[in-house]
Amino acid sequence: MTERRRATRGAYAVLAFPVGMLAVFFLVPFGIMVATSFYHRIEGAFYEPAFELANWQRFFSGVYMERTLFSIGISLFAGAVSIALAFPFTYFLTRMRRRPHVVLLVLVMSALALSEVIVGFSWTVLLGRSAGISNVLVWLGVMNESAAYQPSFFAVLLGLCYIAFPYCVLTLYPQLTRLDPEVTEAAQTLGASPWRTFWTVVVPICRPIIMAGFLLVFVFTLGSYLIPAFLGRPEHWTLSVFISDQATFNANVPFAAAMALFLTFLSLGVVALVMWIEARTRRIA
Amino acid sequence: MQARGGLRLQGLIKRFGDVTAVAGVDLELPPGKLISFLGPSGCGKTTLLRMIAGLEQPTDGRVLLDGEDITEQAPHTRDIGMVFQTLALFPHLSVAGNIGYGMRIRGVRGEDIRRRVEELLELVSMEGLGDRRISQLSGGQRQRVATARALALEPRLFLLDEPLSALDANLREQLQVELRLLQQKLGITTIMVTHDQRESMTMSDLVVVMTAGSVEQVGEPLEVYRRPATPFVASFIGRTNLLRGEGRDGSVTIARRPFDVDGAVTAAEVTVSVRPEEAHLSTGELPERNALRGTVVFVRDLGELFECYVDCGLGEPVVVAGSPRERVPVDQGAPVVVLFPREACVVVRG
Repeated sequence: MTERRRATRGAYAVLAFPVGMLAVFFLVPFGIMVATSFYHRIEGAFYEPAFELANWQRFFSGVYMERTLFSIGISLFAGAVSIALAFPFTYFLTRMRRRPHVVLLVLVMSALALSEVIVGFSWTVLLGRSAGISNVLVWLGVMNESAAYQPSFFAVLLGLCYIAFPYCVLTLYPQLTRLDPEVTEAAQTLGASPWRTFWTVVVPICRPIIMAGFLLVFVFTLGSYLIPAFLGRPEHWTLSVFISDQATFNANVPFAAAMALFLTFLSLGVVALVMWIEARTRRIA
Repeated sequence: MQARGGLRLQGLIKRFGDVTAVAGVDLELPPGKLISFLGPSGCGKTTLLRMIAGLEQPTDGRVLLDGEDITEQAPHTRDIGMVFQTLALFPHLSVAGNIGYGMRIRGVRGEDIRRRVEELLELVSMEGLGDRRISQLSGGQRQRVATARALALEPRLFLLDEPLSALDANLREQLQVELRLLQQKLGITTIMVTHDQRESMTMSDLVVVMTAGSVEQVGEPLEVYRRPATPFVASFIGRTNLLRGEGRDGSVTIARRPFDVDGAVTAAEVTVSVRPEEAHLSTGELPERNALRGTVVFVRDLGELFECYVDCGLGEPVVVAGSPRERVPVDQGAPVVVLFPREACVVVRG
């Protein structure tokens, strides 16, 4: 008993440092941001401490509400697309022979080494008119003249999914590796074709991890501002782009703080909602 | 019960790269019986079972079920039920969901599925547990669910891959009897893979002994035990004394003593198998034939069985076993005569 208690005290001591760091470098700035969102902005200058709801009012009245819905929409969409691509990919990856398995895994993971800036610029070039993919298609005789595929909604989605894909694979990989091959074989001996086995056994067993991967991409995409800024028109910009725009170019930090806070609570809300639905459906099933 | 589920294997071969797992198996398995594939791990018995199930494609050879060639058929079209070594229950489904899975896949009506699941739960003595989650079940209950699930569609073949290996010894023995009674009640052709000769002898109508990818012997359990065809079978099924000797004119000389044996002697080098419980000890004179003189090396009395290790100058001690009540009183180090009755001396090579 005493052994246990001493161990717990030791654990607290170990935890003290990261908790302290978190408090100083996360909670305090977060508090400052909450305060800033109520500050008064001075046109042509900076801002001064005050308590007014002007920033929040502006947010709820303007185009920003519509941008918020768009941000959530594209994030959910990117999450769905990434998972839809990554799940079958990871499933077949884990069922491959050792060598191609490892090679492919390393390739996918190496994409993680690229920063969002590089990915964004690369896709700008690849989807552009002058040096993009369409030139290859023209050269092959598939197209008559080169075309630009960015800026567009498709380009934004592509960029976001490109970045999210390795994270999805990484999330799904451990569970799919552990999936007992005899479970899928059992389904087949019970009359399920490989396709039905996939949908009635593999996917349901992996549902919790699929939801986790989906949420990861959702949160990740909601905070992404480089890709939409590089590859989209203003109508494809997410709220994050507007936040950085307000903070850095318009020097309207109080308004940016209000928007950032709203986005934070919103993403927490969506995560909570999805987890609640997941828990509910699991209980019913 | 009509004769359905007769299985014929013709020249089945399976290679994995350079490794030959199954090296040409020809078998005719009668319908309605329980047949066990018995052998040490890595002898190819599971691969053979998986080829029958369609989970492994043979490198060469054919699988015929009731005369129909099913070699190329995918597992889900084969009309088989299988219990896997890991049981492979679906963790996301309840007990009833697991048992009813095959029926749902075939589009059976919900009402009919429910009725059949109830029937099956009763068959495996798990009434009222249909709503349980798999994680809430004990090992024995899981085994029963896997059995019920495999039998739900009344398959032509019931395949068991080391079905009881995850259970402790007592429960295993109990379920061996249960499974055997169930199989006899349903009259379903059943093939079981096992490395446990006791399990095999408890449950089977027919034992197929395998080693190194080939079939060593096929026969009824007692026949395989009493008349092993090879030294491998003799030592793998039960315990035995393998005595090496020279064969001449239909009789055998072991340690310069003449022996009458059971089985044809055709070669100069002969191996004779004698089960420990069929050899006897004596403190009297050394008979003319079928006996060796030796020294007691070690005595073990387990209460239900006594065992005596006798050094007869053959390299390895001869083991003699019997009921403790009929034990000839001998002590360690004492001189003794070991008697090998003619019918106990089975020629396994020669």
